[in-house]
Amino acid sequence: MTGALARIVAIAFMAGASLFLLAPLLVIAAASFSPTPVFDLPIGGASLRWYGAVGSLDGFWPALALSLEIAALSTAISLALGTLAGIAITRGLLPGGSILAAALASPLMMPGLVLGIALLQFFRGLGLSQVFPELLLAHVLVTLPYVARTMIAGLSRFDFTLIDAARTLGCSFPASIFRVMAPALAPAYLTSGLFAFLASMDNYPVSIFLTDARAKTLPIKMLQYIEESPDPSVAALSTLILLATLALLLVADRAVGLHRLAGLAE
Amino acid sequence: MSAAAPHGANLVAWLRSRRAGLTLAAPALFVLIFLYAAPLAHLLAGSFRGPAGFTLEAYTKVLGDAYGRSLVWNSLRLGLITTGLTLIVGYPAAFGLAMSRGVLRSLFLASLFLPLAASVIAKAFAWTILLRSHGLVNDALIFLHLTAKPIRMIFTQTSLIVGAANIFLPFMILPIYAVVAQIDPRLTEAAATLGCSPARAFLRVVLPLSAPGVVAGVALVFSLSVSAYVVPNLLMGENYPTLATTIAKAFLLIRDPALGAAAGAILMVIGLAVVVVSNRLGEQGGQGR
Repeated sequence: MTGALARIVAIAFMAGASLFLLAPLLVIAAASFSPTPVFDLPIGGASLRWYGAVGSLDGFWPALALSLEIAALSTAISLALGTLAGIAITRGLLPGGSILAAALASPLMMPGLVLGIALLQFFRGLGLSQVFPELLLAHVLVTLPYVARTMIAGLSRFDFTLIDAARTLGCSFPASIFRVMAPALAPAYLTSGLFAFLASMDNYPVSIFLTDARAKTLPIKMLQYIEESPDPSVAALSTLILLATLALLLVADRAVGLHRLAGLAE
Repeated sequence: MSAAAPHGANLVAWLRSRRAGLTLAAPALFVLIFLYAAPLAHLLAGSFRGPAGFTLEAYTKVLGDAYGRSLVWNSLRLGLITTGLTLIVGYPAAFGLAMSRGVLRSLFLASLFLPLAASVIAKAFAWTILLRSHGLVNDALIFLHLTAKPIRMIFTQTSLIVGAANIFLPFMILPIYAVVAQIDPRLTEAAATLGCSPARAFLRVVLPLSAPGVVAGVALVFSLSVSAYVVPNLLMGENYPTLATTIAKAFLLIRDPALGAAAGAILMVIGLAVVVVSNRLGEQGGQGR
């Protein structure tokens, strides 16, 4: 009896949390159809004009391209680094492996602005002033915690004797990696890749210090658009990003199940 | 094939050695040392540097007057209130998520993942629309006769807290859920069989088992909200100066790098404290099991 009641209360809390979380997203989606040039709810009609206006926002395409490149490359590098370090940590090959695991996760808890200025001053001190490589290195640091946490969780659940078993059964070493280990770790890769990519795409506080007038990432451009003229094109752009993510989540749900993604999130 | 086998065997043997551990971890260690520890140490050193060598001037500037101390307090307050609020909502919600199945669970999870894809900037702006004098929230309150006149929420601390809680709630629910979902439901049944009341079973069995998730969620949400920049900047502007907004102002607007470095160093110490404390608590939780 109390169990059933507790269950209903708990699910009600989650339902309330869901509505609360989705509320601003619904406002953004609604505002993107606004017929007026104000970022506001559409009153008296709907219009698709702001979806057309996204492409002609000042500096939009270079910013999108830069963000996508940085996000994709930094995620890929972090996945490689995180997997290798994760193997060393979970297989107990390293003295102080748990300290390394904590250190790898800790940049997530460091204030982004602090990382941003620290990296800026450090790069300037070294005499570097190239936007792209600096941004890429900074985003490796931003994405690495997401990858490290998830890959360590995923690898610690992987039974490494399966590789030995596959080899006993006549599989070559590379084949046993690709046919045994890779499929077992696919959910961990998908989760960490997704979180890392989104974290990089949405990063403002680190990037703001490392970009210059010519090369800006999408979040920096978006804040500029909002501050200069808050018209619904930013809403349209956000809605498009949300739709793309929704499609990605549907694929992920079909492929491995969202609950497995969330279970690996920690 | 026959040539690959001994090579593979060597590789397998190598993969069990100490040296392999160091080699595998080397790239990640490189990133941690050269892109993380060194720049942060450099920043910390810079905050003590004045025109005449070592000085604490930047710190006395931040911590010495009431305005500077209000920056620290504003940051901590934003972090504490946001963490408290998201914990109160997120803890039961994580259980609700773990108890749900099928389509409902997928919907709940999508509502946690999807906001991560929407830019903080767009979400913060959406809250300014929802919370303004003739926005949806005020209209609803008036409709429900909870208030006669619109309540001024925008550019107040209400809007700041609502916005921050909204943006950081998934970071509370997801870590708690990841732990709660793995608690064996038979444990509470066993506790009941052994004569525990449901409340007692919760306090003695479920609560301690969920503690690592709570530690992770609290550490994450506190460290994210104490240093949030976009949220206070868009929802409060100049009315709620924090360490984070001061860092941005010092470096990007008024060009006072020592002040920015000092504010950054204070925020860094807060961040480091969270990392150390949460790891301690996490280890204790791990040993407790």
